Amino acid sequence: MAVKSVIEAVREALREEMQRDPTVFVMGEDVGARGGVFLATQGLLEEFGEDRIIDTPLAEASIVGIALGAAFRGQRAVPEIQFSDFVWPSINQLIGEAARTCYGTNGALQVPMTVRIPYGGGIRGGLFHSQNVETHFFHTPGLKVVTPCTPYDAKGLLKSAIRDNNPVVFLEHKKTYRLVRGEVPEGEYTLPLGQADIKRAGSNISIVSYGLTLHYCLEAAQEVSGEGIDVEVVDLRTLSPLDKDTILTSVRKTGKLLIAHEDNVTGGIGAEIAALVADEAFEYLDGPIVRVCGPDVPTMPFAQTLEDAYIPDTAKIAAALRRLAAY
Amino acid sequence: MPPRKPRARVNARNNGGATVAEADRALPGGLTADDLTDYYHRMVLCRTIDERIWALNRQGKVPIAASSQGHEGAQLGSLLAAEKDGNCFLFPYYRDLALKFAAGLTAEQVMRSFMGKAGDPYSNGRQFPLQGADLPRNIIQISNVVAAGLTQSVGYAMACKMRGEATVALVYFGDGASSQGETHEAMNFAAVHRLPVIFICENNRYAISVPQSKQMGIEEIASRAAGYGFPGFTIDGMDFIGCYEATREAINSSRAQGPVLLEMRVERFMSHTTDDDDRRYRPEDEVELARLRDPLLTFGNLLLEHGIMTQQELDEAAASALQSVDSATDAADDASPPDVSTLHHMVYSG
Repeated sequence: MAVKSVIEAVREALREEMQRDPTVFVMGEDVGARGGVFLATQGLLEEFGEDRIIDTPLAEASIVGIALGAAFRGQRAVPEIQFSDFVWPSINQLIGEAARTCYGTNGALQVPMTVRIPYGGGIRGGLFHSQNVETHFFHTPGLKVVTPCTPYDAKGLLKSAIRDNNPVVFLEHKKTYRLVRGEVPEGEYTLPLGQADIKRAGSNISIVSYGLTLHYCLEAAQEVSGEGIDVEVVDLRTLSPLDKDTILTSVRKTGKLLIAHEDNVTGGIGAEIAALVADEAFEYLDGPIVRVCGPDVPTMPFAQTLEDAYIPDTAKIAAALRRLAAY
Repeated sequence: MPPRKPRARVNARNNGGATVAEADRALPGGLTADDLTDYYHRMVLCRTIDERIWALNRQGKVPIAASSQGHEGAQLGSLLAAEKDGNCFLFPYYRDLALKFAAGLTAEQVMRSFMGKAGDPYSNGRQFPLQGADLPRNIIQISNVVAAGLTQSVGYAMACKMRGEATVALVYFGDGASSQGETHEAMNFAAVHRLPVIFICENNRYAISVPQSKQMGIEEIASRAAGYGFPGFTIDGMDFIGCYEATREAINSSRAQGPVLLEMRVERFMSHTTDDDDRRYRPEDEVELARLRDPLLTFGNLLLEHGIMTQQELDEAAASALQSVDSATDAADDASPPDVSTLHHMVYSG
């Protein structure tokens, strides 16, 4: 199997889906000749032409609004928002309109649209190139939210997202783009939306995480394994639909739960998972539910010291694991 | 753009008089006497149901309504052009009751929608009345967020173009929505790609209570089209025939050359919605004067002048509309509400 980066896997998924289905098209800022600022669409203009790889004006509301309108007519729209921090002008079209289309038309209209959004930090992006936006979409019924962390998952999930008839927010952690490499099989495969993946099996503590943070969780699990702490790491892969069964099964097995994510702690995905486990696996718990998340500041700051202080990294997760193991 | 030159002002001869079209004007191309009779019946029906809906609101049977009274000339004139063309798709806004009804719903379907009953054709009782989608009649209106439909209509037109379809998108909005950023974004993108979209602004000069003078520094919204590089026209939206002609020309033009902006000057006869009271912000005699140019009245007079309908036939149309609305009201009143089990349906597709 070939080893590829996340960005290569994303590009491969786009190319294969565009080859497979002539209704698939990409639109966004700099996606054409530039190939996207992260090069996710590099080479696609040459292969598919400017009718299917559409460079847009710098106007995010219309990028999503126009993609949505095209989806109404049955085109499979794959708009790109250049950075998650720029998604806010389009939020009405995403959360206000797209998420409510199926429900608000009693199922008459489908929305085959996948909005690709590079998100997250740890790259010295400061307040407006580092944002974690996932909780806003996770909170919204009608949207699906996908957060891959490996090249294999990114490719298989993106292909499924594009084929889905619901609006999908496909969040690509930008620090994983070139940092994370992994095996990607040749040929066709897809991964189902709504299915978590056990990235590491263990018996003492369950960690639930996703995105870049999941890699820190794996490192932390490895670090404490030498101390006799056997950690299971659950990668949500899709935040919505949430794979409750895999979470609950893991917690019922280990009796302890740590949730880690880069997004702010308050009202975040971890809060929802904690409530879920308290509701449905309370009797199995053998310790408090612990969260290692981004603090409640607007976004991770630019300065290296402040950015480091924000990020739920390997050391912070390992420390929390030790405290929880000792409980 | 072959058709008329942009008009600097609404036709002054239409102000204050009961005749919209000159008495000696021949029927415009493509129209038959049957078309006009048919559309007169539709317009009477729209007005009748609109009035009934307000009465039902006061009786507590309709939670909310936005009236299209005064806008019928613009809505039905453009609808007639779209129907004649046969390959148009409509993105109306919340004040387009007449447009949505006349596009082919039954009076009972409309009433079910306003009462929030099962069988509401747009959303089965999830949304405000006649909001959602009526795909059999080529209509989508997802929300109340003004101007959100503009970018969607542009995307729809782009998708049709990608698929080799010659569909023209007609998107409707008020003067209030013209201030939204998405209005600019939609027009700009449509211009870049020369997409077949007709932007129809039903300008009644009020964004709820805020008059046009506080919404913009210009007199004519149509003048903005020049800034995007496509044609824009200000027309008398009380003139059914004029709106038909302008839309017909715009459809042909947009299919060949890209977007057109039509500003249809209309009058809002009622408050913004059933929850509003326009006496707080409108001069006392404004609506009274506007009603002299009532599109229903002027359309009826036109038919009389052309000898297409007699006064007796106009009266019969009104009586027949009343009867239809009566029975539709009773039927919708008796109809079941949506079953509570449907609350969780259709959050996701498939």
